[in-house]
Amino acid sequence: MEEWRYSRIDSLDPDRYQRLDQPSTKPAEHPELARITAAVGATSAYVETCDGFLVGSPDGCDGVVVRPATDLDQAPADLIGPPDAFVLANRAYAPDPVVVTIRAGTTPSAPVVVAHWVAADGAAVFPRIRIEAGDDSEVTVIEVVAGPGRSLVVPVTEIEVGRAARLSYLHVQTLGDHAWQIGRQASRVDADASLTSAAVALGGDYARLRTDSALVGPGASSRLLALYFGTGTQMHDFRTVQDHRAAKTSSDLLYKGAVANTARSVYSGLIRVEKGARGTNAFQTNRNLVLHDGAHADSVPNLEIEDNDVRCSHASAVGPVSEDERFYLESRGVPPEVTDRLITLGFLGEVIEQLPLPSLGPVLSDALAAKLGVAERLQGERLENGR
Amino acid sequence: MSTLVIEGLQARIAGRDILRGIDLTIASGEVHAVMGPNGSGKSTLSHVLLGRPGYEVTGGRVTLDGEDMLALPTWRRAQAGLFLGMQYPIEVSGVSLGDTLTESFRAGGRDPAAVGAAVAGEAARVGLDSRLLDRALNVDLSGGERKRNETVQLAVLRPRFAVLDEIDSGLDVDALRAVSRRVEAATTEFDLGVLAITHYTRLLRELRPDHVHVLSKGRIVRSGGPELAEELERTGYAEWADVVDEGGRAGSAQPVVDPFAGHLADPFADPLA
Repeated sequence: MEEWRYSRIDSLDPDRYQRLDQPSTKPAEHPELARITAAVGATSAYVETCDGFLVGSPDGCDGVVVRPATDLDQAPADLIGPPDAFVLANRAYAPDPVVVTIRAGTTPSAPVVVAHWVAADGAAVFPRIRIEAGDDSEVTVIEVVAGPGRSLVVPVTEIEVGRAARLSYLHVQTLGDHAWQIGRQASRVDADASLTSAAVALGGDYARLRTDSALVGPGASSRLLALYFGTGTQMHDFRTVQDHRAAKTSSDLLYKGAVANTARSVYSGLIRVEKGARGTNAFQTNRNLVLHDGAHADSVPNLEIEDNDVRCSHASAVGPVSEDERFYLESRGVPPEVTDRLITLGFLGEVIEQLPLPSLGPVLSDALAAKLGVAERLQGERLENGR
Repeated sequence: MSTLVIEGLQARIAGRDILRGIDLTIASGEVHAVMGPNGSGKSTLSHVLLGRPGYEVTGGRVTLDGEDMLALPTWRRAQAGLFLGMQYPIEVSGVSLGDTLTESFRAGGRDPAAVGAAVAGEAARVGLDSRLLDRALNVDLSGGERKRNETVQLAVLRPRFAVLDEIDSGLDVDALRAVSRRVEAATTEFDLGVLAITHYTRLLRELRPDHVHVLSKGRIVRSGGPELAEELERTGYAEWADVVDEGGRAGSAQPVVDPFAGHLADPFADPLA
């Protein structure tokens, strides 16, 4: 099936994962989450789950309302579309789905943080969240999926952006190197509203995230961003749909990733412009840096355009560190391992600069630098063993 | 006192012989100008000295105080004291001048804390807007800004020898003066030896050469003092275009056409030439 092409779905053994009746541990301080929450600072709502179960009773302020949901299946049918097995499993098994509502016309001064901590080993974990940004509201939401557990995480995030609302959303995934993620995000952006939806993928053994963004009202716009960095044997798998269903809508996508050692990545993106979506602008750029010979990146852009009056473009690139750039830095006296580190961090830094919540930038840059260190060590060991 | 010795240097690119035996000896504090028509091998010489990928050395030696430069990777040649000022400085997106020089200092065992102040001071000296210092290397810089930027790096790194590959191309009169004055000052300030490769004599009004060499078809065909540059100013390169290569067109005043440094391919070609 095209949708799973290049993925590792064939090596998923569902029998390895158990559903849980309760979280595997009591809530505790998690240094990874603490670094992120410290960088975010004050919040207008803080929601935390452990292995998919709510921790405490979250509360919001400043126009943000957080409530447990039992009626999420009542969400507009066109938000996610035909559900696949993982969405169905999430709907059936998510223990504590949560709805975050931003009241119409409000602009909460601080971001909303939703943190999913995965502690369990061998568990199937189903976080689900629905974000409803009321008409003419403006807010930033950050969702973090983190934790050391060797589990299968199946997060589903539904986002509704009301008329003329402005929502910035950031998904940060820093799972352990043995976890799997098969994530699904779907957004619906109404007239004159704008959505920035960003994803950062650092962890996981196989971590997939499908992001569908539908522009359903005239004048709606979306900006889709991602950065990913795979080391060791990791695989990051991104699928996107920029779905233009109304006139004068615009979408702009920039996904940049790097693969080191024998890591792999997939980007597969579709721009779909429905008949009647006149005056659409849709852009899609995917660039991948391949740091070592054993690493591999696939990039597959697609267009499906049913209206004539549109401006669309896509660009994709997969390649090693530029020999010219490396030569320039080396000619200044910078050793090659450092030139490649500077170039890689600079390459991914272009996305960091554009993410919602600039205060997270240093935390993410540090995490990328640490991963580069791991990649260099692994590559060194690999060369040693190869001798 | 250091000495850079180039002996019998031969190099090819894509299977074509470009350098056919270059001999040059440069001492600290000296300024040598290598002049020549397009296609004579000027840019190849500069790139080979720093080990740019794609150029194959087929013979000869390059030593800095006896140390074999050709055996070293590029970054070690730089740490040994060579600097290349490029004709077309390469854009490195996402990487700042400060980070680059900091890492160079660190790799060379110098105190990286000194970089910030040194960059600010040198930028002011060559008239490079300090706001440009935070940009990624050479990204969104004009031709003149790039050359000022190269000069800032040279002055902060304080190499023993600088190879300047047409540092004068793409410069307006003010920038040319700022860049060449700074390099000239470096020859006394930190005893910099300079190998200035240029097509035009105008660079040499501020950066005064002790020795001038004419490069044609991959060989030094004549060497002399500053008066040789003045002679070239009057006569051009016509005399040299066919001195060496038996394949050359006798009596032709046209520069040799070389796909790697063609006159038409040079967006910074001097309109005054």
